[in-house]
Amino acid sequence: MGGGFRCFSPICPPIESTFMSDLTPSGAAKAGATVIKARGRDGRWATVLLFLPPALLLFTLFVFLPLIEGGQYAGYKWSGYGEGPTDWRGMRNFETLSGNSTFLRSFNNTLIFVAVAILIQIPLGMAMALMIYRKTWANTIFRLVFFVPFILAEVATGLIWSFIFDGDYGVTSIFSTWFDWEKVFPLSDRTWALPVLLFVFVWKYFGFHMMIFIAALQSIPEDLIEASRIDGAKPGQIVRYVQIPLLKPAIAVSVFFAVVGSLQLFDLIIPLTRGGPSNTTHTLVSYLYNFGLVRQKVGFGSAVGVVLFVVSFIFAITYRATVMKARTEQ
Amino acid sequence: MNEFGWRQALRIITLLIVTVLILLPLLATLLAGFKTQGDLATNPFLLPRQWHLEFYGQIINDPQFWTYLWNSLFISVVTTILTVIVASMAAFVFAHIRFFGSDYIFGYLLMGLMFPFAAAIIPLFIKVRDFGLLDTPWGVIVPQVAFGLAFSILLFRTFFDEMPKELFEAARVDGCTYPRFYLAFTLPLSMPIIATVATFIFTGSWNNYLLPLIMLNSRETYTWPLGMLQFQGEYIVEWNKVLAFVTLSLAPAIVFFLAAQRYIVAGLTGGAVKG
Repeated sequence: MGGGFRCFSPICPPIESTFMSDLTPSGAAKAGATVIKARGRDGRWATVLLFLPPALLLFTLFVFLPLIEGGQYAGYKWSGYGEGPTDWRGMRNFETLSGNSTFLRSFNNTLIFVAVAILIQIPLGMAMALMIYRKTWANTIFRLVFFVPFILAEVATGLIWSFIFDGDYGVTSIFSTWFDWEKVFPLSDRTWALPVLLFVFVWKYFGFHMMIFIAALQSIPEDLIEASRIDGAKPGQIVRYVQIPLLKPAIAVSVFFAVVGSLQLFDLIIPLTRGGPSNTTHTLVSYLYNFGLVRQKVGFGSAVGVVLFVVSFIFAITYRATVMKARTEQ
Repeated sequence: MNEFGWRQALRIITLLIVTVLILLPLLATLLAGFKTQGDLATNPFLLPRQWHLEFYGQIINDPQFWTYLWNSLFISVVTTILTVIVASMAAFVFAHIRFFGSDYIFGYLLMGLMFPFAAAIIPLFIKVRDFGLLDTPWGVIVPQVAFGLAFSILLFRTFFDEMPKELFEAARVDGCTYPRFYLAFTLPLSMPIIATVATFIFTGSWNNYLLPLIMLNSRETYTWPLGMLQFQGEYIVEWNKVLAFVTLSLAPAIVFFLAAQRYIVAGLTGGAVKG
């Protein structure tokens, strides 16, 4: 149980290393002079200088620097062309954001997606996992089927569902034909567009969480379940008091991916609503794309990026603190 | 026993409902390409009243469709190969060579896992433009490799750390250098983790939309998700053609992903839940 998180290092980096003995006093004492000799001649520095720079360079240039530059650009008004940002505006971009109702709506929508991921997607994934984690042929088929939405590209998923919810063709058209209703177009309806997006969002990703839980459930020894059954535990009690507590590490992993993924949601929005109707279904990233990148407002868009970064950062710290705390308590 | 029966019935009904909710839209998509517009409008889910092959045929015979697929394939394959090479080399250093600051460098690279790449998409766009890579496959490949590093290095390092160290020590005694050990032992013994990382990176690249959307702006360089939306824009109300396009572009991916799904799952769980 305690080893459950060891490999998930972004949250808790592994402390021990296999070849640590090279540096520890006991290792050095045992190996004696050979270690000192080896240090100089075994080419370890050449190896470091050969193997590490490609990763460091790529990461620094295309991940780290853009993040820093985003913070810098956020203080300017800039179209992205010319020498570089010169028109310093201080906190003006952030002030504009805080008073922009479309932005606040996008921010709110993003939080709704995060909440739905945690409160609906993950529990649904867990429920499905509990139903089909045992290795039988029927379960294998269900597992494959439930995993299919996750492997479909977001854009394709979006197009499929925008067909299904097209008032002229899909589900809604069937209902309006059957009951002789007026045609309805939920995706261009201010009330229904977001719920439809949330539905597709759950449809697309619950299988991912299910897979994580299946892997975890299969690693729980069957003896443990059997023992609780012999002790008189009902099926519901086994789930509640044996399986779910043992799923804690998996839940932590699920929550991490759910939050990081939901904060960046973009691909699914574009084919379904493009943020509409009347900009009511934007997420942080689709807002950034639409009002920053497309309109060449580099400073303004970067300010949105900074907000996204800060939200992720707060989550990362909270998550780390919570998971670390849970670990030390075990 | 009675209670057990109820539970079982409830379980099966739930599973069947979810199955229908997943398969029905996909089936409708597959069939839509065989229907005329008129048929589709009144009969979105059932079999076509008359089977038409010309809509699928039109797309298969469109060279542009194959250009999109080829662009995606090229970008995904190159991204995957580069990521595996660069990440496994870095992870090899972290697993085998301890030096002052190596933990910090490792932590620095892993920061990439915590932060949404979309937050820095505008500066990234400017950087790629200044490097002159806009509207080339490399404008997508290079950032993708950079963003895939954190995750891949983590998986590789975890795997390398668990390889038997006796092997490494024996090789060292025999005078094997680090680069030779990497090529002759580490890589051949790491096929499972290479498969996992490769499948994961390939999947991400194949389905990627935001990055190509920003970096590519001509139909000659478009990847298939861009081409698909472009196509939808042109045939906005002709759902039968659009859905034929969707089906044809999804088919190879579905087959590949179902075959490789255990590697995807291994990558997602990262050994994290195996305890």
